[in-house]
Amino acid sequence: MIAETGLAALWLAAALALLQLVLAFAGLKGGKTELLAAVRPAAVAQGVLTAIAFAALITLFLRSDMSVLLVVTNSHSMKPWLYKFAGTWGNHEGSMLLWVTVMGVAGAAVALFERALQRNAHMATLGGQAAISLGFYAFLLFSSNPFARIDPAPADGQGLNPLLQDPGLAFHPPTLYLGYVGLSVAFSFAIGALLTRQVDAAFARAMRPWVLAAWVLLTLGITAGSYWAYYELGWGGWWFWDPVENASLMPWLAATALLHSVTVLATRDALRAWTVMLAVVAFSMSMVGTFLVRSGILTSVHAFAVDPTRGSFILGLLALYIGGALALFGWRIGSVREGAPFELVSRETMLVVNNLLLTVILGLVLIGTLYPLMTEAFGHKVSVGAPYFDRIAGPIALALMVAMAAGPLTRWRKDQAQAVGKRLLVPLCIALLVSISLSLFAWGRIGILPFLGLVIAVAVGVGSLAPLWKRKLLRTPLFTYGMVVAHLGCAVSLAGMACDSAFTVEKLVAARPGDVIQTAGWSLRFRQIAPIAGDNWTALQAEMDARRGGSSVLIRPQSRFFASPPTTTSEAALLTRWDGQLYVVLGEEVEGGRWQLRIWWKPFVTLIWLGGVMIALGGALALVGRERRGWLMKWRAREARL
Amino acid sequence: MKAKHQRLILALAALVALVGAGLLAASALKDEAAYFYAPNDVKTKGVEPGKPIRLGGMVVKGSLKRAADGVTIHFDVSDGKATVPATFSGIAPDLFKEGSGVVAEGSFNGQGMFVATNLLAKHDERYMPRELEGMSYNESTHEMKVER
Repeated sequence: MIAETGLAALWLAAALALLQLVLAFAGLKGGKTELLAAVRPAAVAQGVLTAIAFAALITLFLRSDMSVLLVVTNSHSMKPWLYKFAGTWGNHEGSMLLWVTVMGVAGAAVALFERALQRNAHMATLGGQAAISLGFYAFLLFSSNPFARIDPAPADGQGLNPLLQDPGLAFHPPTLYLGYVGLSVAFSFAIGALLTRQVDAAFARAMRPWVLAAWVLLTLGITAGSYWAYYELGWGGWWFWDPVENASLMPWLAATALLHSVTVLATRDALRAWTVMLAVVAFSMSMVGTFLVRSGILTSVHAFAVDPTRGSFILGLLALYIGGALALFGWRIGSVREGAPFELVSRETMLVVNNLLLTVILGLVLIGTLYPLMTEAFGHKVSVGAPYFDRIAGPIALALMVAMAAGPLTRWRKDQAQAVGKRLLVPLCIALLVSISLSLFAWGRIGILPFLGLVIAVAVGVGSLAPLWKRKLLRTPLFTYGMVVAHLGCAVSLAGMACDSAFTVEKLVAARPGDVIQTAGWSLRFRQIAPIAGDNWTALQAEMDARRGGSSVLIRPQSRFFASPPTTTSEAALLTRWDGQLYVVLGEEVEGGRWQLRIWWKPFVTLIWLGGVMIALGGALALVGRERRGWLMKWRAREARL
Repeated sequence: MKAKHQRLILALAALVALVGAGLLAASALKDEAAYFYAPNDVKTKGVEPGKPIRLGGMVVKGSLKRAADGVTIHFDVSDGKATVPATFSGIAPDLFKEGSGVVAEGSFNGQGMFVATNLLAKHDERYMPRELEGMSYNESTHEMKVER
């Protein structure tokens, strides 16, 4: 019954989306208020129904209902409950259902809480939202029904890929999806604004919280995903330029550009057409990302083998929405009036530079990700890996960081080049000092990119604190703190990346129990190998005493074996210290009772994720800071009414 | 400055960025894109040493040897038509074994030995790199097949 309820709710929600689309556009066309009045209730009901469908799927997974095909192929009754729960979206159908649920709920939120928009633009936005949802409902219902039954029901399920049985991975896909879908709302706002010819500062102010929220969630999702790849895959890396990773990086780059341009539009009424364009691009990138991950068209370390017919379905949706939005953009953009002017030396120009650099990186990542597809069409199998991306993205990202340090030190609308130079003097001097001391300390041991990275990180760190200089700290608005924290977070991340690539020490050995291994100031005494058992796995575990100076700490790298599906995974042992992480992976047994061990000392690697969290926190501060006034006003108005 | 000039400058900047990015991508792709080769492609087309490629085929039965250090392995990769010797230092994936498919990332050294920096094997029965699809080994005839 539960599965049927879920399916019925999904069909009803799809029907409501169709109704919402027709009502919104028929109402706008004929100016019929009675039709428009039904749009908001339809959106709210749609949100409720998708939530019911998703709750039904979660229930099926928690109960291990083996008469449902999706549960059989992706779960097992022996699995810990957390992974039964997370297994709901750890597969194609479930994650697509999560996508439409988040979209439905976000649509309901837009219908209920959006007050800043003028009514027609609001209705057009809801119509746009319904149009997007409709495609995804069709996708789910016609090609990937999550509630399909299997008859006869097997005795038990086939399990979930053990790599996915990890708390980090249980929650990072929903975070990313929330971000993706937040961008779909920004996209709908842009469509609504174009349709009703209301591309102005008010539109940007309505769109900004959605962009900010989406961006915060994307940042968190990417940071969590990167940390997961680092500790769970046992490869010691935190970014592999894998297509699946690029799929989340590309929308993030677009959202970062959009975030900055929407701020220009909201506060200065400039960059109108460009902001609308970026909103279209940002959501297109989340769709491209979904297409890449879900179609199985690209080779990836995550290597989902997915049915290619679904790929063509998503490709069709992609063409329809992106093509449609671009056509609308081309048709209507001529009527968007020019915004406020600004001088060449100004904050606006710096933000344009930021946007251009971000867009260039986005373009280069997109080319690198799609290139293998293009050449395969001509009969060559090609892979584009880290060397390409490092070479192209590295230098431009550093240029972007320089722009980021200078941007907040320029004034809006009009500034003097000399005055900007003066304000940049302190960060410049510090950068010079750092380069000199770094050259003395590590000349010849460090590549050019990590060297520049460290220097720029310190300069950006100082530069990003500059906006607080000589200000009354208590009266500084919260969104200024948001900017400062986020920019500081970029500097912290960059410093972590540079340290990791410059100073990591790696040692690969085969050792017997009783051996002592020395590396990077650490001494590891290999005590023994012991078998242990967990909920649904068994493992070989090495016990080692890690010592650096004082007392020793016991660490336990494992090699885990899962019976269903039969898989072996490595659980690296991580030892975190203030100045870095010790990372130990256990390999297989070789002749003479020796065990392969891979040991890394990674100085300051944790700064990478600390920076990521700071960036997200900065976004959250800006969101609260910008919205608080609106909330306060709303709350006071309600108080006054009571 | 007039609005028209400003727009012109912005458009020019965007154009320069676009063209620059295109050129950069083209040059980086020329050097860094790793083509997928089967051993027979290596023999017939030839691959210059140091160029990053992906080598795909089956690990030949009986060819897997471990060096004294315990962490370096030597093995032969074959597609049934030609065989290429390869070496790898590190922890090999769990499903890397003789008679099984492998995709190795790396480059040839001057002696014609393929030095792998990364090995891709199946994660498990269901999760595998796409290039490994269509590779099979016949136990009785010792015949290897790589369909592409």
